[in-house]
Amino acid sequence: MNGMLAIRYETPQSVGEAVRLMAADPDARVLAGGTDLLVQFRAGVRQPSAFVDVKRIPELMSITIDGQGLRLGAATAAAVIGEHVELRTLWPGLVEAVQLIGSTQIQGRGSVGGNLCNASPAADTTCALIVNRADCVIAGPGGERTVPVEEFCIAPGRTVLQRGELLIALRLPRPAARTSDAYLRLIPRSEMDIAVVGAAVSVTLDANGVCRSARVAIGAVAPTALLVPEAAKALVGSSLDAASLKRAAEAASTAARPIGDKRGTAGYRRTVAGVLTRRAAAIAAGRARRK
Amino acid sequence: MTTPREFKYVGTRPIRHDGVDKVTGRASYGADVVWPGMLHGFVLRSPHAHARIVSIDTRAAEATPGVKAVLTGKDLPETTATIALGEAAIDLRDVGDNMLARTKVLYHGHAVAAVAATTIDIAREAAEKIQVVYEVLEPVTGIDRAIAADAPILHPALRTKGAASPGAAGPTNIASRLEFKRGDVDAAFAEADVVVEREFRTPMVHQGYIEPHACIARCGEDGRAVVWCTTQGPFVVRDACAAIAGLDPAHVKVIPSEIGGGFGGKIVVYLEPMAIALSRKAQRPVKMVMGRDEVFRATGPTSGSRVRVKLGAKRDGTLVAATASLWYEAGAYRGSPVGAGAMCALAAYKIPSFFIEAHDVVVNKPKVAAYRAPGSPIAAFAVESVVDEIARELKMDPIELRLKNANAEGDKAPYGPKYGPIGLKQILEAARNHPHWTSPLAANQGRGIAVGFWFNAGMNSSATVILDTDGSAAVVTGNPDIGGTRAAQAIMVAEELGIPVERVRPGVGDTDGSGYTDLTGGSRVCYATGMAVIRAAEDVRDQLKARAAQIWNVAVDAVGWENGRAIPPAGTEKAEAMTVAGLAAKMAHTGGPIVGRASLYAPMAGPAFGAHICDLEVDSETGQSKVVRYTVFQDVGRAVHPGYVEGQMQGGAAQGIGWALNEEYIYDADGVMENAGFLDYRMPVASDLPMIDTVIIEVPNPLHPYGVRGVGEVPIVPPLAAVANAMRDATGIRFTELPLSPPRVLEAIEAASAVSVGA
Amino acid sequence: MTVTKLHIETTINGEPREFLCDSHETLLSALRNGLGLTGTKEGCATGDCGACSILLDGRLVPACLVLAPEAQGRAVTTIEGLSSGDALHPLQQKFLEHAALQCGVCTPGFIVAAKALLDAKPNPSEDETRYWLAGNLCRCTGYDKIIRAVLDAASEMKESAI
Repeated sequence: MNGMLAIRYETPQSVGEAVRLMAADPDARVLAGGTDLLVQFRAGVRQPSAFVDVKRIPELMSITIDGQGLRLGAATAAAVIGEHVELRTLWPGLVEAVQLIGSTQIQGRGSVGGNLCNASPAADTTCALIVNRADCVIAGPGGERTVPVEEFCIAPGRTVLQRGELLIALRLPRPAARTSDAYLRLIPRSEMDIAVVGAAVSVTLDANGVCRSARVAIGAVAPTALLVPEAAKALVGSSLDAASLKRAAEAASTAARPIGDKRGTAGYRRTVAGVLTRRAAAIAAGRARRK
Repeated sequence: MTTPREFKYVGTRPIRHDGVDKVTGRASYGADVVWPGMLHGFVLRSPHAHARIVSIDTRAAEATPGVKAVLTGKDLPETTATIALGEAAIDLRDVGDNMLARTKVLYHGHAVAAVAATTIDIAREAAEKIQVVYEVLEPVTGIDRAIAADAPILHPALRTKGAASPGAAGPTNIASRLEFKRGDVDAAFAEADVVVEREFRTPMVHQGYIEPHACIARCGEDGRAVVWCTTQGPFVVRDACAAIAGLDPAHVKVIPSEIGGGFGGKIVVYLEPMAIALSRKAQRPVKMVMGRDEVFRATGPTSGSRVRVKLGAKRDGTLVAATASLWYEAGAYRGSPVGAGAMCALAAYKIPSFFIEAHDVVVNKPKVAAYRAPGSPIAAFAVESVVDEIARELKMDPIELRLKNANAEGDKAPYGPKYGPIGLKQILEAARNHPHWTSPLAANQGRGIAVGFWFNAGMNSSATVILDTDGSAAVVTGNPDIGGTRAAQAIMVAEELGIPVERVRPGVGDTDGSGYTDLTGGSRVCYATGMAVIRAAEDVRDQLKARAAQIWNVAVDAVGWENGRAIPPAGTEKAEAMTVAGLAAKMAHTGGPIVGRASLYAPMAGPAFGAHICDLEVDSETGQSKVVRYTVFQDVGRAVHPGYVEGQMQGGAAQGIGWALNEEYIYDADGVMENAGFLDYRMPVASDLPMIDTVIIEVPNPLHPYGVRGVGEVPIVPPLAAVANAMRDATGIRFTELPLSPPRVLEAIEAASAVSVGA
Repeated sequence: MTVTKLHIETTINGEPREFLCDSHETLLSALRNGLGLTGTKEGCATGDCGACSILLDGRLVPACLVLAPEAQGRAVTTIEGLSSGDALHPLQQKFLEHAALQCGVCTPGFIVAAKALLDAKPNPSEDETRYWLAGNLCRCTGYDKIIRAVLDAASEMKESAI
């Protein structure tokens, strides 16, 4: 009779328990920060049969950094990430992106895993994860598997997660020497908006300041965040001078295939994708030079 | 000219009396109360922007366990009543139809039915079971479509009121057309050395108060109703509820809650009569609270507009001629603020010849409501942008150009009356002399100035001042306190009685506990209700003097009053000056309690002007802009509590900046609002704004004992043009359409650079 | 009939509290409707206005995007828990002194958010304060006096800490 009253609230204490709950009920939804899920629930977009609150599972709420790199628990709140000094030093662009998700209040709830699983093309963290070669660690009835983050989202609102699976962590390799990243987005206000365009860049320099490798990703300009190898190619081999940054910008604008909507026209997004790519590359270059 | 009065409390900044409750969370707003046995109401809203209601079947909803009442438009009587509101009138038939559609839905989100149930979840789920059959019609989503020859007609019976355009006779979406004129405009333009003409557009914008509409109502077997609600006008709510729900106004009592912002948007009733009608059916109290999306979709924003302005000037800067054609969206029912817009458009300037026409246009969007100086910001955006262009053509300083043409005391206002003392020249001179005006700008920055005008309102007010035996006093009026008016009223009582402001308890009465008082709006509370408060305090003082005369056995006329003390006539034996406390202590033995009262009708108010300087920094690669410095100059007559006067100036400026830069109702082709939430309806956040500097200028209003002018509305008028003029200065581009959102700005910058590259 | 309500034990403003709620109910609703703590306001229910700001285990969160059962075993601080005894919190006092509220409906959220700011950063710059509070909408004040009140409270709290 009353659909809402039938919703269950589950608090699994382990990944295994969470997987069993998710596998047993196709309409159950993982509740991390709830900043997307509860809004969609209230708007009637999603009517789950159960909220599976994964925040009592230690593995999903932890940050570990070692010689290999970073393991970031998928449900770790953005604010916790922002306060992690070593994480900020090693991946300033990623932390920049994480800290742009919503307000201080939203930061207290929202997580990188949630941002990714919501699969919005405008998600701030996705581009920054892509340029940092992040892998998604997925747990499911058949055990764990990993998927490169650029393959995780397959369409707006859709991911590679199968029934019974949940994202438990992100794994990022430790950056090489003279490597750094940056993320920029365009929003109409100074805060509180969804990205109209986002751009992340990671560069690695050699001892002479020549760019040896680069990754560029742009967001909100296609159904999923785009890795733009052409833009990276424009940077590699250069000293990240104005001319090469300009070529990277042009490559990003060319790769963008945006739609026009209430947040911006297609033409605007294409132009600004280039501008932000150029600016983010310059910031990442500056950071890499100081390392 | 009388010598200026010296004040003891007026002009000071005491802590507001209602403040502690508000910083501790104890203050009760619309949604904060629970009544025993209360039900929860939920409104079913139209999924179409324009449709005929063929049938509504509520049986499944009524059969749902927990549902206690279901309401549709057929349950309510049709009324022909109106409520007077200054020179305008609220048509309660339209208000009732807007609250709950009868035959047609006229915008997406228009209410069609309401359910009261034991929980909000049950009410919502039951509402979803109501079967409404619609015949969907083409929506009219803007002025251009509304006035097209083949436009769908919203109201078949609607005919243009007023000075109709030639050939306009039959059914129409133009609800009214007004003209204002002076002199021979064609001849005057022929004399002009410079003529600038532009057409401007602005989208619908919302007041954006943070507290959604909320009420709780109880209607008994005897037909008597009590309503607790968040409103700017409890008496308006009372009369509207009675007419729409079909009750005797004598049987309706409205208790205003603390109000979480209104800006004009909490005058009209959207929920209260429904809550009463549901309560009457269920015989239990019914609480109704809007969600934010309902506030956006189904309350009253202000008009979207199209305004064409043409100004002519002599080489020396003298403005000689003006024409203006204003088209304002009324939303679903007639009654946009276009008339006020037309009257305010040229209020700042001495222009010998002008012609203004104003059109009120119905469209399939929510019915507009008042929004802070309704109509004036839209008109000022157009006129002040064109004035800026004239200054550029003449290579004249824009403040000098405005000063040269500024109206002053004795000049005839374009809308009719002769101005009394007004501070327009004083604010312009203050702006010219302020360091902001001459400070250097950084790269990519521009500076703009604009002025704005509002009439301000007077109307009906009542006040009661109650003296206690300890010499403290309470003051009660019928105006909900929306921005610190209780503090101002306490200051006035303190000033008149000479008692500390902390010993005055200001309060807001309900409709049974205060004399009839018009709404909190029109910047009238501190002025008109303030006048009533001062007179009620004077009434207390006169009664105290009479008590002193009785004690001293002297004539009342012989008793003096100084610094809060009754002074005996010289030579009176054994008589010493008596304080308020001393006299109050003896009340029981000198005639009983003392209550002062006053009620008045103020036909006029002191009109006011403001001037704003805006510095804008523009990112020419992304079109993004940011206000980096902002100064507000305003003639406030007399600042009773300067802290809250500054607050009005800053808050109005911030709302206007939002209107200029990012706020807009975005509709799809079906007339569905796409951004009905705070995420995408982008009001300014703290990091968007700099400190907003204020310069208070006091040119006393002779109609008020202290010289008070209304303050609240003027500051939203100049920002639209001040920001656009700053954008023009920064980019070289004249923007004629708001908001100046990054995509629009970048597109114009790219178009301009393409032209200059091509040339 | 099966029991559908969840029984939650939590700590609110330092006091142990128990309440019943639906599984899908928000903590905001539980605070306001179940526990009578109406100082926390609902302005949007989508996490975009900050009027429902509370501290959950000391962390600033929007109560509208927390499910009520999530409070199990946690510590919740609301505006009602900020003043101590008969003394206002310095932020509350400074909001009054600076006339940093008009209608006052956003005020509890601002004060809770500002407390979280000063807990994390006792000496914030104007810019840091503006960005920290960007999730709290105020439509009355233009933020000027709010920012001044927070900065003033910060400097006063710093002085009294010395």
